[in-house]
Amino acid sequence: MRRIGFALCLILFAGQVFALQIEDRAQFGPDDASQSLTIISTADISFISPLIESFVAETQDVSIDYIVASSAELMRALEEEVQPFDIAISSAMDLQVKLANDGRARTHRSDATRALPDWAIWNDMVFAFTQEPAAIVLSRAAFGELPIPENRQQLITTLRNNPEVFRGRVGTYDVRDSGLGYLFATQDARSSETYWRLTEVMGSLDAKLYCCSSDMIDEVVRGELAIAYNVLGSYAEGRSDQSAFTTILPSDFTTVMLRSALIPQSSQNPAYSEQFIDHLLDQSFEGGALRVPENALGTRAQDGVDLRPIELGPALLVYLDRFKNRSFIEEWESAILR
Amino acid sequence: MVSWFSNPGSIRQRLLGFLLVGAAAMAILLYFIVRSVAGQLAQESQDNILTASAYSVVDSTRVRSGELIVDIPYFAFSMLGNLSDERVFYSIRLGGEFLSGYEELPSLENIDGELAFQSAEFLGQDVRIATARRPISLSEGSSVLEVSIAQTRQGLSDTLARISGLAAALGLVFFMVAAVLATLIANTTIRPIDRLTASLSRRGPRDLRPVTTPVPVEMEPLVTSLNGFIGRLKTSLSRSEDFIAEAAHRLRTPLALVRTQADITIRRMERDENRKAMRDMITAIDETSRTAGQLLDHAMVSLRADDLETEKIALPVLVRDTVERMTPTAELKDLDLEIGTLADMSVRGDLILLQSALENVVDNAMKYTPIGGQIVVGVSEGGLGLALIAVSDNGPGFPKPGAEPLTDRFARGTNAEGIVGSGLGLTIAQDVLRVHGGALNLTNTEGGGACVELVLPSV
Repeated sequence: MRRIGFALCLILFAGQVFALQIEDRAQFGPDDASQSLTIISTADISFISPLIESFVAETQDVSIDYIVASSAELMRALEEEVQPFDIAISSAMDLQVKLANDGRARTHRSDATRALPDWAIWNDMVFAFTQEPAAIVLSRAAFGELPIPENRQQLITTLRNNPEVFRGRVGTYDVRDSGLGYLFATQDARSSETYWRLTEVMGSLDAKLYCCSSDMIDEVVRGELAIAYNVLGSYAEGRSDQSAFTTILPSDFTTVMLRSALIPQSSQNPAYSEQFIDHLLDQSFEGGALRVPENALGTRAQDGVDLRPIELGPALLVYLDRFKNRSFIEEWESAILR
Repeated sequence: MVSWFSNPGSIRQRLLGFLLVGAAAMAILLYFIVRSVAGQLAQESQDNILTASAYSVVDSTRVRSGELIVDIPYFAFSMLGNLSDERVFYSIRLGGEFLSGYEELPSLENIDGELAFQSAEFLGQDVRIATARRPISLSEGSSVLEVSIAQTRQGLSDTLARISGLAAALGLVFFMVAAVLATLIANTTIRPIDRLTASLSRRGPRDLRPVTTPVPVEMEPLVTSLNGFIGRLKTSLSRSEDFIAEAAHRLRTPLALVRTQADITIRRMERDENRKAMRDMITAIDETSRTAGQLLDHAMVSLRADDLETEKIALPVLVRDTVERMTPTAELKDLDLEIGTLADMSVRGDLILLQSALENVVDNAMKYTPIGGQIVVGVSEGGLGLALIAVSDNGPGFPKPGAEPLTDRFARGTNAEGIVGSGLGLTIAQDVLRVHGGALNLTNTEGGGACVELVLPSV
């Protein structure tokens, strides 16, 4: 794998990929491959590279151009069709469902898709291949002697009782920028009123807003943040500097996001796109069940945590409604921007 | 088709044909009914859920300080995902002005009332749209809120395809069961006719009893007519027998008179050629009166056979009486009529008929035996519980191949030329023996001459 820097990307591809805001980019596979796939994804390169490398190794003759963009950019890229893409992988389930619902995804049926459990497939268009819980990441240094909260209620209490520790040191997604942040926030709000109280408390502590899970974890590791709320647990668990923080799945309920892939209508190479999807599903599922990741989250998720996977389906379109979106953002802003 | 229906053909096939055509029509009807009902039900259930969804959106709207607020509830769309994965589209319009959702989603031009459905195509998909309307008053005046919820019909058409398959299978099974039943019905219907046919064809040639086989009501007129026909046939037969008997009887008396006159006349005649002519006349008269007698006998056999009166008859007595009675006639022809061995056998039967049979056989023997010949009548045991009366002569015997047809009415042997005879004698004997459960055997004896055996079951 040759990883190419963000700056270099912009210089090399700015002209070609018109107005697409690329966050990162990588090439996989042989340069002289006869087939090529362009993947647009919200997933970090380090997260996805094992899957892609095994696909490239298996097929031999495919090179992959992997482009990382925000979920909103991904949505815009596919809706406006600024450039053909062969695969779209996103954590923003609502946007994936909307793309499929609006007819921007191809249907794909194969042995691999038929073996999927019901929750992992929608309309033969959207295929989920992970279950990633929204976690709370705490800085061990910042907490010190303070008790580690187990649920949102305890978190609220801890924050209220220790404003001097946490002021300006609480981070969460900016739901206006991040599709995943918006998805987590709306699902949290749907699950419990506690979310709004927590948001208000975070607002009163001058919460910092971020676009991405990695940034928040970085800040926690660096000591800038004491708490990062609704961070992708999978990203936290995958890091080498885990000693600096603790990852918590709130026991009252934990929202679980399904990362999903679809084949855009604009795909230039649908046969290989389908092969890639099948490979993705084969790697992620075994006998109709997700291969449980061998990490602490997987085991912890089993003891008494109420995991609530978000369902793929038309209901996800509700929070994308103009009115609904506007009123949610307004409410959120009034809670967090004090 | 017309010719097929009007062709007499086979009742079974026509019945089967009609039943099968009916069953096929019913099966096809069943297929379409099940399909259309299922289709309507599926359509209704989709309409219901779309209605619920549309109203939940309508109900979520409220006016706050003169401004419309639409707050689509999560379940408005999540309920649509319950049945199957369908794509969902919606549009919210206020007084014809698009507010949110999919702007291109077709909206109904004119709808009365507050709820309407339509099927349309959207984004290349067949969709079902439910539109709910509600008047609403805002600060700038009152308007109409219109919420359309649409859903693709992929699941519906999958369901319909499945139901169509099921309905087709159902129709096929129905048809097969009906076909089996139709075959059974056709066979059952035909069975009384078969039974009647069998009972009629089993009958002997002289069996003219009325048909008593039980038949269905519909066939009763046929059986009644048949019985009437049999009755008329029987009457007509017996009438003609009566007529023949009457005619023969009326002939015999004047013939006897003519014969007597001829005898007297011949004695007065002196010229030889006149005598010869007269003798020929007498021979003809004799033959005619014999034939008349045989016709009478035959009629009597037919009459008595229908209602046989049986008594125990000792065969030696029968033979002795008969020989005694016929000896004068034999002597006239210079024939030697003798009684042979007489075994002590008895049979049950009608004495008059058996006498007539034996007389006819002896008479036949006398006719074909040349002058000076010998006829022997005897009784013996035939084994297997049978008694035999054998009449043998030393005449020319029967013509070689097959003596049997000689017992047919008016049939005469090929060697009978020059001998007067009616050909009725053996027929009468055979009829008599048949009604007694016996038979007539015609054979030639080894030393030349014929032998006629009257075979009867002994008691």
